[in-house]
Amino acid sequence: MKLIVNGEALEVEATTLDALLKELDYEGGWLATALNGDVVPAAERAECRVNEGDRIEILSPMQGG
Amino acid sequence: MFDLLGTKLASRLLLGTAQYPSPAILADAVKASGTSVVTVSLRREMAGGKAGEKFWSLIRSLGVRVLPNTAGCHSVKEAVTTAKMAREVFGTSWIKLEVIGNHDTLQPDVFGLVEAARILCEDGFSVFPYTTNDLVVAERLLSAGCKVLMPWCAPIGSALGPVNIMALRSMRGHFPNVQLIVDAGLGRPSHAATVMELGFDAVLLNTAVAKAADPVGMARAFSKAVDAGREAYDSGLLEPRDVAVPSTPTIGRAVFS
Repeated sequence: MKLIVNGEALEVEATTLDALLKELDYEGGWLATALNGDVVPAAERAECRVNEGDRIEILSPMQGG
Repeated sequence: MFDLLGTKLASRLLLGTAQYPSPAILADAVKASGTSVVTVSLRREMAGGKAGEKFWSLIRSLGVRVLPNTAGCHSVKEAVTTAKMAREVFGTSWIKLEVIGNHDTLQPDVFGLVEAARILCEDGFSVFPYTTNDLVVAERLLSAGCKVLMPWCAPIGSALGPVNIMALRSMRGHFPNVQLIVDAGLGRPSHAATVMELGFDAVLLNTAVAKAADPVGMARAFSKAVDAGREAYDSGLLEPRDVAVPSTPTIGRAVFS
């Protein structure tokens, strides 16, 4: 299945957001996720299904002014 | 102590965390500034990347409160989504709300700003809106639920300092009971002292410290300037006069002719 992850088209096996993070080697409790522009809290990732063409954002803390 | 939305803070200086030469210098600058609040952001993390983890660990080790921002957002939707993601990651409902409306000046889109502020306030956020010094926009932001306003004094990163003192003075006068934090455009410690002397509650700055030849020294200098400006305001400044007034008493002076 093809997904757009952080603006990049990827072919993945995962069917949930939680599984996607594991498949792509994302680790840690400091990540924030969004599916098609809507926030998906960490607690809901295991239940959150991803579908062909979905846009996923995976963000983490960085410097800011 | 400075009470910001019910939180007691040791300093009236809020400091950004971007553009420092190294993480170690950032940490030293934060300590030298005496700040209690630093601004942070969110960006895309590369698969398997640890950049976010390292930065977040550093910030947590400093023992300061964080004020996440929505920097780089150009629409209400982007800003609202980013704010909600920041709340999840940073564990705070404080958000420095930026909705940028112009690429050249980084001037806020005040219409989108008010709309985003209303959505986020209704969702339980404490919104710190990065705004202009326009009084009508300020009224709208307060109506939307904001308890703090953060007017610019010049474009972000410009180091121009307070280019419109009258507007800042007017804003202070119109909103005597609203906490006002000057955000953006400060270049020198004297700029910070100037706006603090006007009665602003705090200042937020980043570039002037981070891009100084010695960020740690500059952080210390800004800290002193903010304290000096506030103490001057609290002590009651002498208003300018158009005539000379002798400071030495004239009674009892000698007469030689």
